[in-house]
Amino acid sequence: MKSTIQIPRQIDFGYRNRTIRTQRAVALRFSARSIAINSILAVVAVTVAVMSLGIGDYPLTTAQVVQSLFGQGDDFHRLIVTEWRLPIAIAAILFGALLGIGGAIFQSLTRNPLGSPDVIGFDAGSYTAVVLTILVVGANQYWYIAAAALVGGLLTAIVVYLLSYRGGVQGFRLIIVGIGVSAMLGSINAYLITRAEITDAMSVGFWAAGSLSRVGWHSLVPVIIGGLIVFIGVTMLAPALRQLELGDDAALAQGVNASVARPLLLILGVATTALVTAAAGPIGFVALSAPQLARRLTRTPGVTVAASAFMGAALLSLAQLLSLVIAQVYRPVPVGLITVSLGGLYLIWLLIRETRRSI
Amino acid sequence: MTVSLVGAREACSALGEGHLPTSNRRISGVIVLLALLVVVLAASLSFGANPLPISEIWRVVLSPDSSEASSIVWTLRVPRTVVGIAAGVAFGVSGALIQAITRNPLADPGILGVNAGAGFAIVVGVTLFGVGGITGYIWFSFIGAILATVLVYLIGSAGRGASSPVTLVLAGIALAAVLSAFSTFLTLMDQETFRSFRAWGLGSLSRASLDDTASVAPFLAVGILLAALISSSLNAVALGDDQATALGASVTRTRILGIIAVTLLAGGGTALTGGITFVGLMVPHIVRWFTGPDQRWIIAYTALAAPSIVLIADVLGRVITRPGEIEAGVLTALIGAPVLIALVRRRKASGL
Repeated sequence: MKSTIQIPRQIDFGYRNRTIRTQRAVALRFSARSIAINSILAVVAVTVAVMSLGIGDYPLTTAQVVQSLFGQGDDFHRLIVTEWRLPIAIAAILFGALLGIGGAIFQSLTRNPLGSPDVIGFDAGSYTAVVLTILVVGANQYWYIAAAALVGGLLTAIVVYLLSYRGGVQGFRLIIVGIGVSAMLGSINAYLITRAEITDAMSVGFWAAGSLSRVGWHSLVPVIIGGLIVFIGVTMLAPALRQLELGDDAALAQGVNASVARPLLLILGVATTALVTAAAGPIGFVALSAPQLARRLTRTPGVTVAASAFMGAALLSLAQLLSLVIAQVYRPVPVGLITVSLGGLYLIWLLIRETRRSI
Repeated sequence: MTVSLVGAREACSALGEGHLPTSNRRISGVIVLLALLVVVLAASLSFGANPLPISEIWRVVLSPDSSEASSIVWTLRVPRTVVGIAAGVAFGVSGALIQAITRNPLADPGILGVNAGAGFAIVVGVTLFGVGGITGYIWFSFIGAILATVLVYLIGSAGRGASSPVTLVLAGIALAAVLSAFSTFLTLMDQETFRSFRAWGLGSLSRASLDDTASVAPFLAVGILLAALISSSLNAVALGDDQATALGASVTRTRILGIIAVTLLAGGGTALTGGITFVGLMVPHIVRWFTGPDQRWIIAYTALAAPSIVLIADVLGRVITRPGEIEAGVLTALIGAPVLIALVRRRKASGL
């Protein structure tokens, strides 16, 4: 026997993969399964969004929708599709992706599937700030509201983190503290909203439950800009996020500066929720379920940002389509109610599974 | 039953506290709580959009006449004060019970989704079955409350052995979120329904009349009676299922009676107010500092202290934003949520 070590020509990563490599700078390795799943999710999201363009008080056929999208066909149809319905359909995809990213970041940072912003109350904090800004300060421009949402979310995040700190932050303590804080904020929100001088009581209910129906181009454009910044930031920090899951020491050994990367990721994560909350109100439980569903489908060892984004987009598009369909047969229903119902049931299922496994 | 008392005494001395709560101390505590309740009652009758002096209150309470003060007191303040007492007892005692049954220090009918279950069932009754009036929808409230209690209990104890406090809380939060979403879904049906249910979940004392309270009171009384009956067995249950069985307590019977009592109390309280959260969490924990771990005293103290807390919250809500008001449930959440946070910040979250 020779004593030299055989260097395998091909490393076994444990999954089928493709590597993209240029001469310098870029070297990316993708799991073949992740690529396939993400593509399918993207196709689902876009298809569902196109389908949703045809649904409404003035139904359009798919052919009419596609024609209008390409700038042909009836003028009135074009107005309906591109001016009224398209911003909402794009918002469903974009907001879903943002929520998925936010969920992935926080679930990764807390190393706990329940550590997402909607469970630990950051969206409640964002929403309190939004309601205060609109009702008390009287500001209505998107950027003011978004800034308030960001500040509110960050403050809540810091308060929850500090309150759950006791010689380190333990996942479950963080979650219960988050629930406590969000209960307080939730009751403040509920109080503020019932006192709101809004003539149509129904619209208050819509607003409080998270709805896309109010989104138009004017409020979508700022989210697109903010969303792009978040996407770029997350793309740059995603590797650090994965290293941080191993613990600060291990991350440091891999060249990640935890004390810089973690606050940045925290800000990005809160920003995702803030952008969405400012435009559509609190849309619950997408951030919770998207990363976990994506992880199960792609069979990756941890939550991944990209798959969570695609999954979030597909989920919110589907929820929005469902809300449009329900609006046709019953009543307009805010999409936030649908995501909370489905996401809450998913959370219950997750808890039952976890309890079974921990025996 | 005396055996379980010995168990509680031992558990108490095992805590290493220098002074065991004696009967004398406990009875003086009861007197203090009663005095507090009287003061709060007076405050609840006197404060509001139109504050009245105590002497005036005293006069119109003893001899109602046709004066403005008399009509304010008897048509506005007495009903809501009575509702406050009933709701306080109901949510406080059901919280103490649910903590003892699940052996979970973080339990509360609001946190565990029992109130949301009752509320959802009421919304179903009113919107889908056209039930009007509290005598009609209280049955829906009970059905919703018991379904939610059993469901959360099953979810939390899906694994073998005692359910983890955190899992139970999360299951309750998830259930409450889903049920509230369903409730909102139903109330969006038309403007009128929506308006009447708009502030439903906040927990207001001004909704129910004296007649409403009178029709719910028998159910609450049965709930309290059940709680008193099983309180000594709950001492045994606190030691664990095996120990309790060894001490001669029937764990299953205690649990079932306890769940029935929780249902009657939380369901009745929700029918009256729409659900007040965190009272059932904080009051038993606060009184435990004075009573020690004996469930019989915890339940008795809670029944006396919880109405005071609810009424204080209500009076505060009337004073802070005069002439408007903040619902009692909003303020109990503001006061009570920090208690939840303080509880999980303790090194060991099992204070039972």
